[in-house]
Amino acid sequence: MTRTTTAVRPIAAACAALCLVAGTASADVTVISFGGTNQKAQEKAFYQPYTKTTGGKIVAGEYNGEQAKIKAMVEAKNVTWDVVEVESPELARGCEEGLYEKLDMGKIGPKADFVPAALSECGIGIFVWSTVLAYNGDTLKNAPASWNDFWDLKKFPGKRGMRKGAKFTLEFALLADGVKPEDVYKTLGTKAGADRAFKKLDQIKSNIQWWEAGAQPPQLLAAGDVVMSTAYNGRIATAQKEGKNLKIVWTNNIYDFDSWGIPVGTPNKEEAYKFIAFASKPENQKVFAGEIPYGPTNVKGTALVDKAIVPQLPTAPQNMKGALASNTQFWVEHGEDLEQRFNAWAAK
Amino acid sequence: MSTPSTLTMPEAITAETPMSLKEQLARAERLKKLKYGALILPLVLFLVLTFIWPIAALLKRSIDNPEIVSAFPATSELLRQWDGKNAPPDAVFAAFADEIVQHKGSPVFAAAAKRLNMELPGFRSLMMKTARALPPTAGASAREALVEADPRWEEPATWQYLARNASPYTARYLLASVDRKYDDAGNVVQADADEAIYVNVFARTFGMSAIVTAFCLLLGFPLAYLMATQPPRIANVLMIFVVLPFWTSILVRVAAWLVLLQSEGLVNKALMLFGLIDQPLELVFNSTGVYIAMVHILLPFMILPLYSVMKGISPSYVRAAVSLGCPPIRSFWKVYFPLALPGVGAGCLLVFILCMGYYITPALLGSPKEQMASYFVAFYTNQTINWGMAAALSAILFAATLVLYIVYTKLVGGQDMAARAR
Amino acid sequence: MIATYATPLERVWHYAFRAICGLVLVFLMLPILVIAPLSFNADSFLLYPMSGFSFKWYEEFLTSPAWRQAFMNSCIVSPFATLLAMALGTPAAVGLARIEFPGKALLTSILISPMVVPVVIVGVATYLVFAPIGLSGSYLGLIIVHAALGVPFVLTTVTATLQGFDFNLVRAAASLGANPLTTFFRVTLPLVAPGVISGGLFAFGTSFDEVVVTLFLAGPEQSTLPRQMFAGIRENISPTIAAVATILTILSTFMLITLEWLRRRSERLRSQGH
Repeated sequence: MTRTTTAVRPIAAACAALCLVAGTASADVTVISFGGTNQKAQEKAFYQPYTKTTGGKIVAGEYNGEQAKIKAMVEAKNVTWDVVEVESPELARGCEEGLYEKLDMGKIGPKADFVPAALSECGIGIFVWSTVLAYNGDTLKNAPASWNDFWDLKKFPGKRGMRKGAKFTLEFALLADGVKPEDVYKTLGTKAGADRAFKKLDQIKSNIQWWEAGAQPPQLLAAGDVVMSTAYNGRIATAQKEGKNLKIVWTNNIYDFDSWGIPVGTPNKEEAYKFIAFASKPENQKVFAGEIPYGPTNVKGTALVDKAIVPQLPTAPQNMKGALASNTQFWVEHGEDLEQRFNAWAAK
Repeated sequence: MSTPSTLTMPEAITAETPMSLKEQLARAERLKKLKYGALILPLVLFLVLTFIWPIAALLKRSIDNPEIVSAFPATSELLRQWDGKNAPPDAVFAAFADEIVQHKGSPVFAAAAKRLNMELPGFRSLMMKTARALPPTAGASAREALVEADPRWEEPATWQYLARNASPYTARYLLASVDRKYDDAGNVVQADADEAIYVNVFARTFGMSAIVTAFCLLLGFPLAYLMATQPPRIANVLMIFVVLPFWTSILVRVAAWLVLLQSEGLVNKALMLFGLIDQPLELVFNSTGVYIAMVHILLPFMILPLYSVMKGISPSYVRAAVSLGCPPIRSFWKVYFPLALPGVGAGCLLVFILCMGYYITPALLGSPKEQMASYFVAFYTNQTINWGMAAALSAILFAATLVLYIVYTKLVGGQDMAARAR
Repeated sequence: MIATYATPLERVWHYAFRAICGLVLVFLMLPILVIAPLSFNADSFLLYPMSGFSFKWYEEFLTSPAWRQAFMNSCIVSPFATLLAMALGTPAAVGLARIEFPGKALLTSILISPMVVPVVIVGVATYLVFAPIGLSGSYLGLIIVHAALGVPFVLTTVTATLQGFDFNLVRAAASLGANPLTTFFRVTLPLVAPGVISGGLFAFGTSFDEVVVTLFLAGPEQSTLPRQMFAGIRENISPTIAAVATILTILSTFMLITLEWLRRRSERLRSQGH
């Protein structure tokens, strides 16, 4: 027994030391975002300048939008994430469930500076992003023009990439089935409408290559694994910058905000606010849009954006035409149910 | 080892109080048990705290139903006495309105709304809407206020959802894991076709494990036999070929298979070079890729137990059978194989058990159609935060593992399992 | 090896059988042999033929903060998990070898069960229990669970070593006046050391390759090498993955060699003893 304790004691001490190290490290701001090029752009536009101007360090982490970790952290009152990039339905749901702080806009910036839709109770929009139809200009000679073409296996034989999840996949299915953009959510809200979307998806199911991370579609397209794919517009743009001949079809794209949220109970709330305020400044949002073409939420930031980039932004007027705004309320309501059904459907 | 060690020690003999030898023996034996038991105890405590307790807690979650009871304790109490046919009495309305006012905007309330939304999509916004309309304006009764907020509160069916979840335990998650659910009348019925997949998923889990096990046996048996019949020097070299992949990180092997099997990968290129195919075959992100990688990862777990048993079989048995006129194949089958059977059993069970719990390989190399039970546990834990469902699926997977593990330990004896795995 | 009186059919079978075994060996080794060269590929695709020779992916591994952090984390978690597993497993194995009691077989099976319980279950279970007490997203939580997963290996290898261990040596030492502690360190430990160390190596290997529990339990600050590889394979399979894979393979080869050396040493010691 004695030798067990003597053997364990140094370990316990070392562990305690480690925990201490981890504890002091959290005085920096931990910012969690969706990874890949999006995170790299944030690094350049937000993290590095933040460190340079304020001296505060940023611990950058990434996730795929799952809220389980945040929920567990908040419930445990052991919050190690200070600022999180969240999609709108998750933010709204998390706000209701008490996962995210109700934001005090006074600590961030004048309300009037922001696109009204970017402001919500618990979050402030970082940027507008869009899910578009993308294809490889080298492999596909005649260009697809709509979601209808996406479903057309005769004219465009081959695999298609889609995000593994109900959100947006079902909307695109209905759009391809001839539902008008303004009726999509009304239709999807009914049992018959959801059935219709899944039935439409059945048509191309065996030709779908599912992806989970935003970095995947450009790769799948470039490698020729798929002929077209749903994709985040920013990721396609970065691939274009790297010299890949990938093209975007803006017709009936779906756009949404990603927002900053602060998990309830973070010990670094003040620093979190400081970071959000910093990242929401027009000049920093401008740098971000230059790195990856997502539309700024700060109106003044929009004005600063390089003219050459504007046509690539989801917020450009020609791209907004026929675009569909993701319906947050709908996904708060039906998200769990439809995601579950989608998962069951995909696994069959 | 049965002689107590203290017997040789002088102090045991010169005990102060005269004791019979039997008593001394018993005492010494007790002392020894205490001493060595104390050596085992830290590990037992450690595993109870870090392994057994968490799993027990997880399994319990599969029947937990705390949301409604903790948000609306008084309402739950009253609803348990409700007949369920007509709209509940005023007291229920009053208690419910009270408790909504008390909890609205809190995580407890949101959790209850989420739980009810699970029963009926749309219930979340009904709850939020109702909460906004409360407390009742002066003079209005709780019933009026609720019905004013939404007429659905007049219907007994709406209250049924609350009533059915007004107890701290539920079988719903476990039922859902076997594609069953409660209907509106509270009977257990088949789940809707678009949600019923878990029977299928478990069948798939067992089916894939069986196929992987069969392939491992098919590939592993000849190699193990060869190793067992070679002189030690060659056998040792062969052993390195088996054990090196075993020691290589699973992720390394998955990455390597991805490189080999992709459409422009080496396997496809080789096949095309030899003119066997014109178009690259689809070898990853489907069942082919998953099977190839899983067999590769689990093959050493088949070969090692097979080898350890085969090494003990004297080649003279088969030789004797052959020399007595039995044809070689028949002698092998009648004489050698039965002797190797314990190894076959141990290897197959081990591979099957390990395969059942696999998550990483199908997740990285398969499509949604190849995902096994583990994937769905992870899905419900992370994606939809439905921990009850994650727990229920875990419970079934755990039970299956447990049964096979018991068979396994009976077969090989728990102790030398890893020794064999070496 | 083939008998001179073998029939032609038997000869054919003899060689066919070896060919089959050869193919199985190729199947086993192929992935390991294929990935290493690609880590030196000059361009950014994991494809043959290689376009040129370059060390840049190793450079990327060594300079990228994410990979470096992951490597550091693995170097923190795995050794501590191993030490903990060894510290708990070794005495328990000695205890189990020395006494008989009802339910011993059952207890042993339970102590070994972390090896077979699906890791997803362990991951979710520990995550849900550890999170409320602040152990998720911490090194300590990860170390503890990795240790639990490694304990069965220490337990079984030490038990196996003890099966050939002559406890009369302990008795002899005691009767010659050595106190129990001295006996343990001077007599027992040197003899069971090969078992303890090889068990430790297994535990280390388990922890160093563990990804599922890490996925659930670790925060971004504790992301380990396998966790980083998992994300890399899923999202962006670049030659950096091949470089990491090569480094890990070299490491596992070293562990394997150490293990083999230990095995031989313990066999030698044992045969000397008798």
